[in-house]
Amino acid sequence: MTTFHLNGREVTVDVPEDTPLLWVIRDEVGLTGTKFGCGIGMCGACTVHIGGRATRSCITPVSAAEGADITTIEGLDPEGNHPVQVVWRELQVPQCGYCQSGQIMQAVSLLKDYPSPTDEEIDAVMAGSLCRCMTYIRIREAIKKAAAAARGDSSNG
Amino acid sequence: MIKRIAAAIVGIGVAGGVGFLAYAWYPEIAPVAPPPPSAFSKAQIEHGRILAAGGYCAECHTRTDGKRGVELAGDYKMDTPFGAIFSSNITPDPETGIGHWSEAAFKRAMRKGISRDGTQLFPAFPFDHFTHMTDQDIDDVYAFLMTREPVHSVKRDNTVAFPFNIRLEQAGWKLLFLHEGPLKNNSAKDAEWNRGAYLAEGLSHCSACHTPRNAMGAEKSSAPYDGAPVDNWIAPPLNEHNPTPVVWTEDEYFKYLRYGSAPLHGSAAGPMSPVVHGGLSEMPESDVHAIAHYLADIDKASTRVSQDPQAIAWAMKASMRDLVGPQTDPNARLYAGACAACHANAGPQPVEGRPDLALNNALWLDEPTNLFQVILRGIGTTEGISTVSMPSFYHSFSDADLARLAAYLRATRTTLKPWTDLEKKAADVRKTLVASPVASSH
Repeated sequence: MTTFHLNGREVTVDVPEDTPLLWVIRDEVGLTGTKFGCGIGMCGACTVHIGGRATRSCITPVSAAEGADITTIEGLDPEGNHPVQVVWRELQVPQCGYCQSGQIMQAVSLLKDYPSPTDEEIDAVMAGSLCRCMTYIRIREAIKKAAAAARGDSSNG
Repeated sequence: MIKRIAAAIVGIGVAGGVGFLAYAWYPEIAPVAPPPPSAFSKAQIEHGRILAAGGYCAECHTRTDGKRGVELAGDYKMDTPFGAIFSSNITPDPETGIGHWSEAAFKRAMRKGISRDGTQLFPAFPFDHFTHMTDQDIDDVYAFLMTREPVHSVKRDNTVAFPFNIRLEQAGWKLLFLHEGPLKNNSAKDAEWNRGAYLAEGLSHCSACHTPRNAMGAEKSSAPYDGAPVDNWIAPPLNEHNPTPVVWTEDEYFKYLRYGSAPLHGSAAGPMSPVVHGGLSEMPESDVHAIAHYLADIDKASTRVSQDPQAIAWAMKASMRDLVGPQTDPNARLYAGACAACHANAGPQPVEGRPDLALNNALWLDEPTNLFQVILRGIGTTEGISTVSMPSFYHSFSDADLARLAAYLRATRTTLKPWTDLEKKAADVRKTLVASPVASSH
């Protein structure tokens, strides 16, 4: 039995302790916004927040999340209006969209560490989040716009 | 004449042997009826609980291999160069535990390493440290243990081979290596230092893992706190030989020992994790400060700390290396894709919760053991920083991948000589995991 908080709600699951957290989130709890990509922590599609930090859920055993506060894309904002999600829509960042919940979760965590990120900081932190549609240019722009919005700055950074 | 000399030698030998036996022989201490809980005050039991946590009794007296045992019921398997030793049941079960042990018997075991029945105990039980504890502290630990739920549990037999299984030999070991009794107060140092020394050298027995052992299994007095392998990990040096670029200061030690993470060194993982969580985290904050104060003196932090700003600046530059622009080095790409999202730091200081590898202990040790352990196992919320976790890359990386990642990090995030034979060492560490911590997603 493992207990943790998922998007503010206490969740207890009875699964083998080596079960990937991603499977628990998708199959046991039924939140499918978090995606399966490579299954080895190399693409970023499965990124969630554990204790506020971006974490690849496909290679995190559920036992390693005991007692943790976990946030998925569904938990960022009840209406989907987290500032990063807002700019993501404004700039029409996604193309096919499959990797985007992971991208957004990673971007939100990046902005916590680096509220006004430089191109270098964006590259370093976002490098583990792959996008086969190559939306990288818009991802970078959206991150800068979200940072500017948080600063109360009207330009896009 | 020759006969007389021979007789004299035999005579001396016999006298010596008799003398040794007289020294080595201890009587049984008569069994007592298990004391009722009312024999101890609540305050004493509570103080004993905290001391038992700070001495990690449960870590070595609870079975962890195979089916997890009941806490303190013993049967923890310790692999030593002499064979496997299985710890004893220290719950107050009269038949299989210490239910019949009087306070005097318990104190003798803690001070001299002698069991209630008079047999010599192996120094896998760190009585060479507990001997320094005060009477009051030993009594309080006794009060705590004797008020636990008795658990009937028989331990497995030790596999210590002849001749090391002759327990009488332990008396000779003690003659050489046991410095019985309280530590001398060091009047040149302040009260906090002396408190720290009492805890670190006695109850919390830091050097039991962090000092290398000699051929007889005793801590090498010539190399105190020089670091040593333990349970397939490395217990790093705690003296000035610790190779990390930033010094272990009192502040870094305190954060590490209290909360499981030193921002400029890394997290408490592996065997060190329970020392913090469930161990030192139960102690009064002032005691953890005292240990930190003492250890920072052991590593001469104050004489070296002035170089830290320079070391941090270097590390921040190293941390961002190869992460910007097109990259063709496959090792750099592996790092950028798998690790940088969580570990890259732009400075001027590493971000809290973003452990910087150019500062991390594991990269600066003589061997890559701890680095491989952490990559393969990950770090759960019960270890390290208790709110976050690192995934397990067990299925992500082959031993060859681990080898090139380690070689790349050692070359680009430290200034030390390369590690050797990495693929084999990766495979060896992988073998120490019974199974992958995480099931394959495929």
